Amino acid sequence: MTSATLPASITRRDRGLTGRLSDTLWRHPQLFVAILLIPPLLWLGIIYVGSLFALLAQSFFSIDDFSGLVTYELTLSTYGQLWSDANFDIIVRTVLMAALVTLASAVVAFPIAYYAARYARGRMKAFFYLAVMLPLWSSYLVKVYAWKLILAKEGILTWFVGKLHLTWLLDAWLALPIIGGSSLSVSYTGTFLVFLYVWMPFMILPIQASLERVPGNLIEASADLGATPGQTFRSVIFPLALPGIVAGSIFTFSLTLGDYIIPQIVGSSRLFIGQAVYAQQGTAGNIPLAAAFSVVPIVIMALYLTAAKRMGAFNAL
Amino acid sequence: MTAAVSFEAVSRHFGAVKAVDNVDLAIAEGEFFAMLGPSGSGKTTCLRLMAGFEQPTAGHIEIFGETAEGVPPYKRSVNTVFQDYALFPHMTIVENVAYGLMVKGVGKAERLKAAEEALAMVKLPGYGTRRPGQLSGGQRQRVALARALVNKPRVLLLDEPLGALDLKLREQMQEELKGLQKSLGITFVFVTHDQGEALSMADRIAVFNDGRIQQLGTPEEVYKRPRTRFVADFVGSSNVLTPDVAARLGGPRKDASLRPEAIRLGAAASGETAVTGCLLSSAFLGATHRLTVDVEGARLAVSAPAGSPVPAIGEAVTISFSPADLHPMEAA
Repeated sequence: MTSATLPASITRRDRGLTGRLSDTLWRHPQLFVAILLIPPLLWLGIIYVGSLFALLAQSFFSIDDFSGLVTYELTLSTYGQLWSDANFDIIVRTVLMAALVTLASAVVAFPIAYYAARYARGRMKAFFYLAVMLPLWSSYLVKVYAWKLILAKEGILTWFVGKLHLTWLLDAWLALPIIGGSSLSVSYTGTFLVFLYVWMPFMILPIQASLERVPGNLIEASADLGATPGQTFRSVIFPLALPGIVAGSIFTFSLTLGDYIIPQIVGSSRLFIGQAVYAQQGTAGNIPLAAAFSVVPIVIMALYLTAAKRMGAFNAL
Repeated sequence: MTAAVSFEAVSRHFGAVKAVDNVDLAIAEGEFFAMLGPSGSGKTTCLRLMAGFEQPTAGHIEIFGETAEGVPPYKRSVNTVFQDYALFPHMTIVENVAYGLMVKGVGKAERLKAAEEALAMVKLPGYGTRRPGQLSGGQRQRVALARALVNKPRVLLLDEPLGALDLKLREQMQEELKGLQKSLGITFVFVTHDQGEALSMADRIAVFNDGRIQQLGTPEEVYKRPRTRFVADFVGSSNVLTPDVAARLGGPRKDASLRPEAIRLGAAASGETAVTGCLLSSAFLGATHRLTVDVEGARLAVSAPAGSPVPAIGEAVTISFSPADLHPMEAA
């Protein structure tokens, strides 16, 4: 080795302004992080959190019944209105629907996610991702209107049920109180089915991701120690997939709580929270009540997450 | 006496890949049996066939005289210590150890007591409330051992259980495992790619290559009398001689193995063969010197005890060995 091939010094001082800038950022990593975070934080802080606060503030005002103008005095009377029979019904209806949709999504999504995570390889895996993601690429309105046609009295589902000679079953289902109706497209059952379909990818993907992280040898170890497949599922697979299920349920639950399009297109004419917000801030011009309605899903989600954390749903994270 | 595990012409093919190809073996009850081989040699697949994670494509497996084909892992009286331990991350240590008893319906008090005893046996008493993530590799290894042993298996399968440990810990665990096996009297089937580990621990060794057993015997037999070139090469590092060189050194004209430590520097004693060559290189290994001697174009590795005088590189040296140590092998 000759000295000619080695640089005289370990430092190089031949770089210009950008070089000095990189050096400064290298020496002060906090500065670098700050530069990275300032633009999104400004966006999030002013536009997102700011509007959320404006909304929250609105809910503590009330509307003057006589003039229809907002009275800018802090009061809880608007929240009081939520407890009136008509409004409370809306809340119960929405929460119940969201809970049922979430539960059904988890039940339907789990086997699909399990297959994708544990068995699908190569082309099948690509097909799985395509099949799950493809519906997300098309407009949600198109899908909802498509479902309205599928579920209509003259629609393909009624036709198919007829071919199976099960029309009596469909009629019996539609004759049921509350969940029935004159056809699926104007019943709660229809609303439920469309919610289930539209939010399904949001449940499948997190569950699949969590199952993907369960090492195969844990399942083998469980069997090796004498656990039947059912016991392995209850004691190993399900607890380890639980964070994924909870993540998925946060999507399906909150999306259902806030949606105002699906129940408007498919379902009975009775309102959900999203529609109530829409109606109150629009035609009714009751911004405070609309704001108070908007706070309901936020509170419910906060309670839900606290309960999930208490139950140890995130322990395996 | 029925064998603990017996294979009759067992094969496991994955498509065109013959992971295990026509293997026969019989493991006696109470034996410490090692399956040794490089990765991809079929040793782990054999272990998985015993555990029930794989089914043979051909042949017959018996565990304590009972047919094992079609019997799922959870119905076999064997337990496995997995290579990367496979501890359940969402359970505490004691829940991990008690798992096998829990799924068999043993009462809570009883299984926790048994789990604590098993933890004490592997020298981890009082660690029960921790989680696997809070333990070191060596500790996790012991938990995996306790979790298997608490079920009182008739055969314990160990899949490279010491592979992830550092050297000191590995040597310590080797002794402990051997001691445990002796005191419990359980049949141990141990998979390893470390020939030193297999030689020091096992009662018998099966050397695997390309899905087949190359040689099955006691550590001494396998070491001193390698049956094939592969065994000679893989178990210890031997001088594998071509038929020509073997003949020149006074043996039959066949492939032969001559262990480096069977060769001595210096002139022949009575009954020994001596040859002269030229010292090519020398390396100090602590307990020994590793010398390479060129004998008419054939390079021989010689292991000389440390402290013996080492000639200078390039000097002519005389080396001698007993003709009995020049061991002829099958051509394969």
